[in-house]
Amino acid sequence: MNLILVTFIILLAFTSYYFGRKKALVIQSSQRLTALPKFYGYYLAAWCAAPALIIFALWSVFEPSIVKTFILQDYTDQSLTKNELQLIYTKVKALAAGTYTGNITNFLDESANKYIQLKGIANSAKVAIILAILILSLSFAYRSVQKNDRMREPVEIFLKWVLFVASLGAVLVTIGIVFSLLFEAIRFFQAVKIFDFIFGTHWYPAKTFVRDGQPDPELMKDAFGAVPLFAGTFFIAFIAMCVAIPIGLLSGIYLSEYAGRGVRKYAKPIIEILAGIPTVVYGFFAALTVGPFVKEIGNAMGLEVSAESALAAGAVMGVMIIPFISSLSDDVITAVPQNLRDGSYAMGATKSETVKKVIFPAALPGIVGSILLAVSRAVGETMIVVMASGLAANLTMNPLESTSTITAQIVVILIGDQQFGDPKTQSAFALGISLFIVTLFLNVIALSVVKKYREKYE
Amino acid sequence: MNSFKKNLLKKRYNAERRFQWYGKIAIGLALTFLAVFMFQIFSKGYSAFQKTWIVTEVHYDKELLLIDAESPSKDDLENADYYDVAYKAMTSLDPGLPEEEDRQLIQMVSYKYETEVKDLLLKNPDFLGKIVPIKLTASDDVDQVHKGNYPRDIPEKNRRVNDYQLQIYDMLNERGDILSEFNISFFTSPDSREAELAGIASSFMGTVFSILVCLAFSFPIAVLAAIYLEEFAPKNKFTDFIEVNINNLAAVPSIVFGLLGLGVLLAVFNLPRSTPLVGGITLSLMTLPTIIIAARASLKAVPPSIREAALAMGASNMQTTMHHTVPLSMPGTLSGTIIGLAQALGETAPLILIGMVAFVNTIPGTPVDPAASLPVQIYIWSESAERGFVEKVSACIMVLLAFLILMNLAAQIVRHKFEKKWS
Repeated sequence: MNLILVTFIILLAFTSYYFGRKKALVIQSSQRLTALPKFYGYYLAAWCAAPALIIFALWSVFEPSIVKTFILQDYTDQSLTKNELQLIYTKVKALAAGTYTGNITNFLDESANKYIQLKGIANSAKVAIILAILILSLSFAYRSVQKNDRMREPVEIFLKWVLFVASLGAVLVTIGIVFSLLFEAIRFFQAVKIFDFIFGTHWYPAKTFVRDGQPDPELMKDAFGAVPLFAGTFFIAFIAMCVAIPIGLLSGIYLSEYAGRGVRKYAKPIIEILAGIPTVVYGFFAALTVGPFVKEIGNAMGLEVSAESALAAGAVMGVMIIPFISSLSDDVITAVPQNLRDGSYAMGATKSETVKKVIFPAALPGIVGSILLAVSRAVGETMIVVMASGLAANLTMNPLESTSTITAQIVVILIGDQQFGDPKTQSAFALGISLFIVTLFLNVIALSVVKKYREKYE
Repeated sequence: MNSFKKNLLKKRYNAERRFQWYGKIAIGLALTFLAVFMFQIFSKGYSAFQKTWIVTEVHYDKELLLIDAESPSKDDLENADYYDVAYKAMTSLDPGLPEEEDRQLIQMVSYKYETEVKDLLLKNPDFLGKIVPIKLTASDDVDQVHKGNYPRDIPEKNRRVNDYQLQIYDMLNERGDILSEFNISFFTSPDSREAELAGIASSFMGTVFSILVCLAFSFPIAVLAAIYLEEFAPKNKFTDFIEVNINNLAAVPSIVFGLLGLGVLLAVFNLPRSTPLVGGITLSLMTLPTIIIAARASLKAVPPSIREAALAMGASNMQTTMHHTVPLSMPGTLSGTIIGLAQALGETAPLILIGMVAFVNTIPGTPVDPAASLPVQIYIWSESAERGFVEKVSACIMVLLAFLILMNLAAQIVRHKFEKKWS
């Protein structure tokens, strides 16, 4: 139904384009055109499609919730909770669609009939309104075509609006992220105190799993302490940076200051391949090769090593981040003005002394910025940790034990079927918003540092 | 004094050489990681492109098939009972084996062997009543033994293939009745719980659909947004805000987009779970900032002289942009888009959250059928314990990497072939 309607609107828009252009050619015979004939077509087509599609979109967004309130009106006297009402509504919808398999009560049957009826009314109303709008807007547009008004300007203004709305897309995505996370997280914090979440040291959400009824508040208190996850996240990121910073920085310096043109031409893209490999592939590599390897070495040295150690996950993550740091620091170092180098050489300094005492301090803000970006990358990395480090949240600083991270826990909680309304599911969103805040913080600082640095030398 | 100076100079030169070596070692390490990594994947994965068959003889006995008709129709063949025929085909490999031990032989082929017996007869109805050779898919344990991935010298009780089965395997192998052929079914069959039958067709189609959906959503919006921001936006607080927003969005962890997909696309808009449609939209939100940034950069690279010339000829701002600036910026935009899509192609975590991790044993035909994607398939297979899946994962990784390399090459070609150099 909806598809037919949209196709109809779009087809009509195309027809009106051709019609408008033709009309312009007719007008041309008697008076001077105000724009190229195609603009007459665009004008009609825009007036045809835009209002109808906007109304259609608004209708589609608001119709379900209006129908829902109408259906649930019949249930207001039974003092049901929000979740129960939601369940009833799902049942009614399933019954109306003929896919309901449970017990059919009279009341439910009645609601389903009402639902079908309401939907029918809504559908015919929608078609009628959209047809009316099509007629109205087309006749309005046709009148101005007939009057031979200016045609190009309105079309261009319309296009500009389309461009503007598209540029709001990115903002909408951000708003969507913030709201979807906040919405569930707030409900989570109604069940669990925010204090317990931020400062609790036990993370064990499986404990609170309940099928029906209310979860036990005593259990909730001790199950959602996120400290082990925060600690694990930063610990693994720290291990990753221990691998990535020295290797990335040194290779960045070598590539920008020492390497000949040939080495640079081949080594740089090859190192950057490391950044293009999907993280799930790194995860597989870490779990299958690096993890057992670390364990074997540890056992040979008489240490007790878990097969899923934080060290393996962190080291592989570090390898993934190397090209990130090396190419960013390469850029930053190349941006240092040549006269600083020349000055240093003129004083008799060797190349490495110049790098260490002149270039590095000059490039430091940029390097710090790129490291911060890399940290934010490591904090948000998911698959390597899910596959190579443990899923149990241990509060430990031993790299040979397994730890878990925020991202890994989100995956663990949400893999498989989720029940919305369950504090366990909501906790994933609470973790998500803390992750979002942490990475946003790192990014904002890093981007502003890098920007300031660029401005300094440009 | 002189020797002191000399010493100092020597020291400084040594430090210089050492520093150079650090750099070389760092680059060497990075390259070594890459080499080890590639070697591991290839050495583990190449054998998945071979499939092992066990050749035996099958007697399409009408009585055992329970076919009464004189000249049976297609339907009769379709509905016949293949259990005994298939069973006999396997047990005939060692007629001396007591009946209660038969399972050992049956376990050497995939559990779908009955279907294979059936399919051969359906393809060649004239085999009815005859004894014909047949190729049956070997079980993943036999497959792994044949490929040499499975150690034979560990104690029998720790082995999934027992001594008797090894003996039969050796006998068959000597007779030349174990075949190794190119594994077409790895590319044509959907996922399966059995390693020997599992293929990447379902996840491959899932990936293709998600990427197409992602392209359809992100490309138009991103290009329009980039045009507005670069060519029309007034310089004010609001456009600054949009710009900062886009830059930050590009650095948001991918899993957060998965939460967005789950919380908005599934919970609010009620789009179908586990489908490439939802996966594609989620990925498109992720690639949006990448494409916007690339498109803006390539719009910026179009020299102002082009714009000025068009304006001087009386074109409006919109005409200048749409007829001259945008077409000239397209190569850069397209190559940025391909790179963004390549990133989306490798994403796993957001797809897991929107349920594309479900076990799907059908090949999806539309974007609204449940599907997995290649990276998610890698994750699913690597979580299963069976040895046969290790090579499958590696092979799947090889396919995915090939895909990524192709896309990056395409981006390079678009950029170098079509981009105009302004000097």
